[in-house]
Amino acid sequence: MMNYTIFSFILIMWILIIIGGGFLVVLTSMISLEGYVKIGFLELYYASIAKAVIAIILIIIWIYILTKIKNWIFYKKIKT
Amino acid sequence: MFDLIVPAILVSIVSFFSVYAITPFLIHALEKRNLTVKDYHRKGGDMIPRPGGPSILIGIIASEVTLFAFFPTTAIITIIVTTSLAFVVGIIDDRKALGGWFKPIALAASAIPIILLGSYDTNLAFPLFGSFKIPALYLALIIFIIPITGNTINSIDVLNGVVSGFMAIASFSLSASLFVMQNYEIAIASLPLGFVSLAFYKYHKFPSRIFPGDSGALTLGAMYGVIAILGHVEIVAAIALLPAVMNSFLFLSSVKRIVEHRQIKNPTIVTSDFKLMATEDKDAPITLLRLILATGPMTEKQIVSVIFKMAFFSALLAIITAFMMGIKI
Repeated sequence: MMNYTIFSFILIMWILIIIGGGFLVVLTSMISLEGYVKIGFLELYYASIAKAVIAIILIIIWIYILTKIKNWIFYKKIKT
Repeated sequence: MFDLIVPAILVSIVSFFSVYAITPFLIHALEKRNLTVKDYHRKGGDMIPRPGGPSILIGIIASEVTLFAFFPTTAIITIIVTTSLAFVVGIIDDRKALGGWFKPIALAASAIPIILLGSYDTNLAFPLFGSFKIPALYLALIIFIIPITGNTINSIDVLNGVVSGFMAIASFSLSASLFVMQNYEIAIASLPLGFVSLAFYKYHKFPSRIFPGDSGALTLGAMYGVIAILGHVEIVAAIALLPAVMNSFLFLSSVKRIVEHRQIKNPTIVTSDFKLMATEDKDAPITLLRLILATGPMTEKQIVSVIFKMAFFSALLAIITAFMMGIKI
């Protein structure tokens, strides 16, 4: 029974990676600093920093959700 | 197609048989120098030679040099250099146990040749949704990937045959994914990783005749990370490693700091009939092994079988993901 919960946890991790990746691509594709920063390479790097911030926030959310799911799935076993 | 099949077969043969042939000599040499460690899970606590990293590295270099004769690309040089540097980090740790932060930092440094040789693309590809370009961030990602894959693989080196068998399954699924994504040259360059792991598994499986040590595990992990970067299959590679990722995640979320596994309490104990069972010590970290044993005591072979089933499951998910890479919604 326990092994099935571990398999389901792996499956949930996979689904979260797919969904998280989708969010990342969709959100970062919206970022464009055209018109705000005039110098070519700086525009590229500011956009990159903005994407990095979004990526880090999404990773934190991903870890938070995974921790909650972990506690929910393995709650009884971890307690014992 | 013929010009791809010949090198693919050749590197597979070279990588498998070089490790298969060299490892018995390495076992003999290590025993002669008394470089052995106790296998606490085995009846009688036999002394097992360690590290097996040198034979793993020789197998990788021999096969990649063979491949270089067919495809003289910087990608192959990158694989050889980065993997060799990771081996050096591992062998230092094998000889002299260093602090918890040494390996991540030293492995990060071993990723520098990937940047210097320019063997990367700044796009991070995701299934179904396409990719996004992160020029500056990707450089940081490269520095992180090698320590993560190296240490993740090293963290599952807990039982006889686990790390070599797990790596064989994960790397063959990565090779299959690269073929699915039509990245043939990197797919062929990744084949030695699977065959080296498979050949080493022959000596590492229960009852082990040799342990890979940090030099073996970090070499395998670093090469896996380099293949992921060169083949632009970072996400697929992460999915194939999910049981190991889960182990690291559970460990870090219970320990809450980066620490050497030697410095923490063992999450398992050995019963009188040499089965393993989860410890009742609440301060011991939660690991994949501890969760598997939550159902009750198991033999080492039974646990390894469960871990391999998880590895096959993740390998299947990785190949499905590779197919999904070709679909855009």
